[in-house]
Amino acid sequence: MRLPRELADELVAHATADLPNECCGMIAGRDGLAAEVLRAQNTESSPFMYVMDPREQLRIMDGIDDAGEDLLAVYHSHTRSAAYPSRTDVELAFFPGTLYLIVSLADRDAPEIRAFRIDRAAPADKAIEEEPVEIVDSTGRGS
Amino acid sequence: MSTIKIPPVLRGSVGGHREVEVAGGTVNEVLDRLYEEHPAVRDQLVTPEGELHRFVNVYVNDEDVRLGSWLDTEVGADDTVLILPAMAGGAP
Repeated sequence: MRLPRELADELVAHATADLPNECCGMIAGRDGLAAEVLRAQNTESSPFMYVMDPREQLRIMDGIDDAGEDLLAVYHSHTRSAAYPSRTDVELAFFPGTLYLIVSLADRDAPEIRAFRIDRAAPADKAIEEEPVEIVDSTGRGS
Repeated sequence: MSTIKIPPVLRGSVGGHREVEVAGGTVNEVLDRLYEEHPAVRDQLVTPEGELHRFVNVYVNDEDVRLGSWLDTEVGADDTVLILPAMAGGAP
């Protein structure tokens, strides 16, 4: 997916604002280009777990659907571990057609953003497939 | 017939429909009819042990059935059932 620089900064800002807990939300866009970061509440308020508020989840999903945009990614933060899906992330990945984007603040000075397609029904060695996140300028061009 | 609202993530398993009409007097019966007509959706919602995954939320007319009688919650002919898999996960 292509992620404009200011949206990448917005993801890191959300992850930082919700410390010490994990943050979560969705990224809407079209044709693989992210257009909007939509913050949601982590009802778990935990450094180790996120569960998006279901009513907020529904409201955001309906909004994306009604706007004719795509749900490009579900995002959450890892506060102390790498930007790679955990076992729990795989077990609870109910959206196989959507990217799961992870913001890692393990190194606060160098946040890491990576995205994965997760198929919880696939064999373990095929469940996680990384998709490159290309940081672009606001016009969608590579920077 | 009750109406089941299908979120985008599940539409591929039900022929692309936004809504599906099924008969049934309880959430359990409505879901069983849905699985009969669209077996692929069952794999997305049900654990290998055959139970509805605890991270799948079900609402009848916007009421969370977990706060009611869960799968035994009654569903009337004019009611709308919404199935909503959670967005959730965790760190190692």
